[in-house]
Amino acid sequence: MTDFVEAIEQGHALQVVMMRIGPETFALGAGMVREIIDPIPTTRVAGARPHLGHVVNVRGNVVPLADIRERFGMPMEAATPDTRFVVIELDLDGDPTLVALVADKVFEVTAVALETRQPAPKIGTSWRPEYIRSIVKSGDDFVIIPDMQAILN
Amino acid sequence: MTDHDPREVFLAEANELLDRLETTLLDLGDRPGDSALIDTAFRALHTIKGSGAMFGFDRVAAFTHDFETAFDLVRRGEVPISADLVNVSLSAKDYIRTLIEDPDSTAPVIGEAILAELERLVSRASAQPQTAQELEPEAPSLNAAPEGWRIGIAFAPEVLRNGTNPLALLDELRDLGPCTVVPRLADLPDLAALDPESLALGWDVTLRGAATREAIEDVFLFVRDDMVLSLAPLDAPEPAPEPAPKPAVVAAPVPVPAPERSAPAPAVKPATPPAAKPEAECRGPARNSEPRGSSTMRVEAERLDELLDRVGELVIAQARLSQLAGLHADGGLHTIAEEIERLSAQLRDTTMSIRMVPIGALFSRFRRLVHDLSGDLGKPVTFVTDGEETELDKTVIERLADPLVHLIRNAIDHGIEDPAHRAASGKDATGRISLAAEHVGAQVLVTVRDDGAGLDVARIRAKAEERGLVAPGIPLTDQQVYQFLFAPGFSTAQQISALSGRGVGMDVVKKTIEALRGSIDITTEPGAGTAVVLRLPLTLAIIEGLLIRVGDGRYVLPLAAVEECVELPESGRSERGRDFLNIRGDLVPFLRLRSLFEATGEPDPYQKVIIVSVGEARFGLVADQILGNHQTVIKSLSKLHADVTTFSGATILGDGTAALIIDPAQLMAGGQIGAAPDGLRDYREVA
Repeated sequence: MTDFVEAIEQGHALQVVMMRIGPETFALGAGMVREIIDPIPTTRVAGARPHLGHVVNVRGNVVPLADIRERFGMPMEAATPDTRFVVIELDLDGDPTLVALVADKVFEVTAVALETRQPAPKIGTSWRPEYIRSIVKSGDDFVIIPDMQAILN
Repeated sequence: MTDHDPREVFLAEANELLDRLETTLLDLGDRPGDSALIDTAFRALHTIKGSGAMFGFDRVAAFTHDFETAFDLVRRGEVPISADLVNVSLSAKDYIRTLIEDPDSTAPVIGEAILAELERLVSRASAQPQTAQELEPEAPSLNAAPEGWRIGIAFAPEVLRNGTNPLALLDELRDLGPCTVVPRLADLPDLAALDPESLALGWDVTLRGAATREAIEDVFLFVRDDMVLSLAPLDAPEPAPEPAPKPAVVAAPVPVPAPERSAPAPAVKPATPPAAKPEAECRGPARNSEPRGSSTMRVEAERLDELLDRVGELVIAQARLSQLAGLHADGGLHTIAEEIERLSAQLRDTTMSIRMVPIGALFSRFRRLVHDLSGDLGKPVTFVTDGEETELDKTVIERLADPLVHLIRNAIDHGIEDPAHRAASGKDATGRISLAAEHVGAQVLVTVRDDGAGLDVARIRAKAEERGLVAPGIPLTDQQVYQFLFAPGFSTAQQISALSGRGVGMDVVKKTIEALRGSIDITTEPGAGTAVVLRLPLTLAIIEGLLIRVGDGRYVLPLAAVEECVELPESGRSERGRDFLNIRGDLVPFLRLRSLFEATGEPDPYQKVIIVSVGEARFGLVADQILGNHQTVIKSLSKLHADVTTFSGATILGDGTAALIIDPAQLMAGGQIGAAPDGLRDYREVA
C-alpha cells in the first residue's frame, strides 16, 4: 500500500473508488466522490431522460439520481442489500453539480497504476467510446474509468 | 470579520455616493435653483475625492478635484445650473465610476475632454461676474474680513478613527493665509492614560489674510458633524465659550507645536473618557465600535443567502418533527413541536423581511436612462414613478433591472411618438412614461406605461404571419397576438435604431420574468398608450404551496396560483370525456396530471380538480388527492434537468423525500398547443 501512496504522490497512480454497476467494474476518481450513502426514497421526475429519471434529497439538496446502466445497455435490476448511492460532484460548464449515482456494489478505495491505462478498444464493446475515458488494470481485472460528463449529458 | 479590505469599503461607499450624485444631478435638472441639492452634490464629490485619495485612487481624486473646482462656482451661485451643465456633470460622474471600477478601460483624454467641456460651460456662464470679482476681490462676500479670522477647532475624540487627519486640515488652513496655531492642551491626559487613537487636542488658529468664511468652512466640510468650529473675525472680540486654554493639570505649559504625523494626537483610553470638552458634541464617549446615530448596518448579501438557506433547512426539519410528533400521543412532544413550528414560521418571516428591499432604488436608476434617451431621440419625456416603497426580494429586484431597461427603452423608442406627431394628434408634446409597483395578494405588479400611440395589432399580426409564426386566417385574441412580441428576433420597427428595433430584448424580458416565476400582461389602447404589467412573486425562496397526490407521486402547486378546488364531475371521469368544466357558468379546460405524469397505480375514485390561474387564463389540473398546505422551501433543479420545464423546482417534504413543484404557466403553454395530451412525451414534443 505504501507503494501506492508514493505512486499517487508522484502522479503515476490514481486513487479511485471501485464499484460494480451491472456486470462491469467501474473506477471513479476519489476526488470527485463526495459520499456513499445507503439507498433513500427517490422521486420520479416525469418527462426527464431515462438515465436521470429520479431525484433524491441529499442533505437538503435535491440531486438527480443517475442510473448509467441504461446508457451502457445493461439490464435494469432491482436494488439489492448491496446497492449504494455514490454522490459525486461534477463540473458542468463551470458549475459544480452534485449527482447521485446508483451502484450495485461499492468495493473499496484503492489506487490504480496509470501506466496500465489504455483507451477503450474500438471493437469488442457495444458501448459508445465517448463514455469511456480509459480502461485500467487493477489486479487481474480491467476496470472502466467512465467519462461522467459525457454519460450524463 | 475585521479583515475587510478597506478598498472594498471604499468601493461600496463610492458606489452609493455616485448613485446619490446622479439622483441629485437629475433632480437639479428639474429644480435648478435648489441650493440644498447643489450642496448635496458638492458634498458627495468632496467625499469621493477625499476617500479616493485616502485609498490610493489617485486618478479618481485628481479628476474629482477638478470636477469639484468647477462645480464650486455653481455652489457659490456664480454659475447657474443649465441642462448642458447637468449633462456634462452626469458624464463626469460616469467617468468617475469608470475610473473607480475599471481604470484601465479608459484613457485620461476622455476625462480631459469632459473637464474642458465643464470648464467651457462654467467659464462662459460666469465670465461676467468673475471679472467683476477679480477687480474687487472682497466685494461679493459680505463675510470676508480684511484682517483675518480667529478660528477655534474642537474635534470629537473619535475623529481619528474615522480617518480624519487634523494636521492636514491645519495645512489646508495655512494655504488660505499665514496662520498661528496654538494647541489646546487642557484635556491632554497623563502619558499612561493616553489613547493614541483618540484625539484630546483642540486648536486655536489665527489666520491672517483675506480668506472668506466659506473658504474656511470648506476646509472642514467633511468633519463638520464631528466638531465644533468657531469663527470670529480678527477685529471682533474673542468669543466667550472658546477661551485660550488655561494650561491645566498635567500638560507642559509651553505651547507645543502641532504633533508630528508619525505620532498622532494623543488622547485617553476608552475607559477614561476625556474630561469634559467645552461643547456637547465632544462629550460622546469614545467607545470603540458604536456607530453614532445609525440604526442600520451593511451585511454582505451572501450571508443573507446563507441565512435563508439555514432557515430553509430549519423549516424542513421542523416539518419532519411535526410529522413525527403527530404519530405519538406524547403531549409534551406535541407542545414542543408546535412551539418550534411557531418559532420557525416567525424566523422565516423575519428572514424574508430582511431580504426585502424597496424597489425605489431600482426605479431611480431609470431616471438617468429616460433622461438620456429622451435627449438622444429628441422626444421630451416626463418620467413618473409610483410605489417606490413596494418591497421585493432582493434577488427579484436585481434580476428585474435588465427587463425594465428593455421595456422602458421600447416605451420611449416605439411607444412615444415624436413631438410633431403628438401635436398633430392633439396630445401634449411631452410624452409621459410611468413606472409603478404595487402589491396584489402574494404578487407584486410592476407596470411600465407610456402615453404613446399604442400597439398596432394588425401590424404585429402581419409581421407574425410574415415570419411564419402563425398561419393567416387563424383567429387569435389580441392578447395572443401581443405574445408574438416576445418571440425571439421579433420586431415591427420599420427602421433599426441604435436603441431598439432589432427585436432582441423582448424575448429576454419574457425569459427573465418567467425564470422569476412571473408573467407578463400587455394592455394597449390605440392612440392612448401601452401598459406592460409584470406580475412577480414576492420571493423566490419560500412559498406557500398546495401539496397534491398524483398516482404515487406527491407534487406542490404554488398556492398563489390556486383559485379553488372542486371534485371532478362524473362526466369528466373517463379519459375520453370532455376535458372542460363548467365553473359558475365559465368554461374552464383542464389537464389530467395522471396522464401527463404517466402516473402508476389506480386513480382515486374521487379525483379533484384544482383551478389555477396564470395571468388572465384559468384552467384545471386533475389530481388524485389534495394533501393540504405546505411551506415550500424552493430548491432549484439540477442543470442536468434543464430539459424538464414542467417543474419550476423541487422541495423537501416532512418525511425527507423530494417533491417537485409544478409550474402552471408551463403546463398551460404546453396544453394550449397540444390539444389533448395523452402522455407527457407527446406534450413535450409539441411544447
